[in-house]
Amino acid sequence: MTAIVIENVWKEYGDQVVLESVNLSVETRAFVALVGPSGCGKTTFLRMLLGQEKPTRGRILLDGAALPPEPGPDRGVVYQRYSVFPHLTVLGNVMIGPELRGARLLGRRFGAARRALAEEARSMLAEVGLAGNENKYPAQLSGGMQQRLALAQALMMKPRVLLLDEPFGALDPGIRADIHKLMKRLWNEVPMTVVMVTHDLREAFTLATRIVAFERLRDRPEERLRYGATLSRDIDVWPPRIAGRTTIYDADILPGQDDLTSLGHSFGTTRQTGASEHATRFPHP
Amino acid sequence: MRLINRHPGRAARLVLGSLPFLAIVLVYLAASATRLADNPGDKLLPALSSFARAIETMAFTPDRRTGAYLLWSDTWASLGRLWAGLGISAVLTLIAGLAIGVLPMVRALLAPVIAFVSMVPPLALLPILFIALGLGETSKIVLIVIGVTPFLIRDLSLTVASLPREMIIKAETLSASTWLIALRVVLPQAMPRLIDGLRLQLGPAFLFLIAAEAISADAGLGYRIFLVRRYLSMDIIFPYVAWITLLAVAMDLGLGGLRRLIFPWWGMEGRR
Repeated sequence: MTAIVIENVWKEYGDQVVLESVNLSVETRAFVALVGPSGCGKTTFLRMLLGQEKPTRGRILLDGAALPPEPGPDRGVVYQRYSVFPHLTVLGNVMIGPELRGARLLGRRFGAARRALAEEARSMLAEVGLAGNENKYPAQLSGGMQQRLALAQALMMKPRVLLLDEPFGALDPGIRADIHKLMKRLWNEVPMTVVMVTHDLREAFTLATRIVAFERLRDRPEERLRYGATLSRDIDVWPPRIAGRTTIYDADILPGQDDLTSLGHSFGTTRQTGASEHATRFPHP
Repeated sequence: MRLINRHPGRAARLVLGSLPFLAIVLVYLAASATRLADNPGDKLLPALSSFARAIETMAFTPDRRTGAYLLWSDTWASLGRLWAGLGISAVLTLIAGLAIGVLPMVRALLAPVIAFVSMVPPLALLPILFIALGLGETSKIVLIVIGVTPFLIRDLSLTVASLPREMIIKAETLSASTWLIALRVVLPQAMPRLIDGLRLQLGPAFLFLIAAEAISADAGLGYRIFLVRRYLSMDIIFPYVAWITLLAVAMDLGLGGLRRLIFPWWGMEGRR
């Protein structure tokens, strides 16, 4: 089954053609990595999937229906920065989505509904390895923990599609490896299709089932204005990764074992190092 | 070690900070003593004893004519006007600033006129206010509101507009409506800035208050200062000015503390 269909999409800003004749269909539960040089329209493409921008020509279908013209809860998003709300605690950040959906007048839940939601939010936080940080503010978390929080916040809405805009680009390698494991596990466990923009090919091959490259095929200075980027390569990662099943490559990551902070004990020296590094690298102010 | 790298300790900071205050007091005392030595009846730079006597009369002795303690009745009259003005301004600012910052349609409608109105010198409007609204409390409060609100609205709507677009989009993907985005995402992040805006506008608010009181009032700190000016009563004017300054400083500190108490997350990003 196809989750997202992109039919002959063009995006122009005035005279500037950014993307031209993009055709793509994404299977349900796929993990697509969009790669390409800077300025090739990856982020513009993601914004169109999000509904933040409209294609100039062509159309985008989500589960067979035309994409709504503005962002909505069926498509979650995690950015590199500004993904979480600085004025809410970690717990508040995870609770706010369901609160906004459930209480259309005040955007707040009270009483039993609130306690049930808080419980759900706590287990989601434990899932992404943030247990124990419920009452901190995002500014008190390290970059990697903030991105874990952003993932938890987005996943609370159970989106059909999760859009990631270079979400791990600003993290250092150790932390990034940890969060890659988390991302893989979440994709395996949560029924969602993932589209991720990245400039890191290694990351793309680590996580994705399919890699789509954007490129300007005509890039001479006089051509830059009138010719946009388009889809130049479309690679299925081999051996194929299928959501919910491990492959030869991924066999080392068993569900629930990617994050030691949530487990409280270690499975080996390498993991131990990773976890203690995660805990001590960013001492809280 | 370079000077740029030398930081004073806690005690040193306290000493350094109090030096200028001490200097001001010493210079005044010296100048006052010199003048009083020449002419014991000098009224321009009274001695501390005259201040003490004036404060005693104004603050702790009932007025012979009205039976009121003048300093306190003046203070309440002035603070009432000031707080009414600032309160109305804050409410107007919150409504207009949020609407302008959040809704592109309202921004197109109101931003130009507010930018224009904020350039009108408020004191030039004072005669109009006195003519239109009479000499009572209304015109004084309205002057403060007119003087302070356009700045606050522009400040707040700029703050709101500078919230990262990603944050608003994120709220939309969490199923927020326009109203809920304003209520749960924008408002909490605008409030600390509004409080800081009010702190910055305390000075102008006092300016408008004292100007209005100087022209027409029957009580108030500004009224008293301009009244006793006729008798060259520097022994009353100086304590009154110091008292007004203290009030402003206390309100500034109070608002700052309130902001830290209610919005502990504000400014955390920068301190990391």
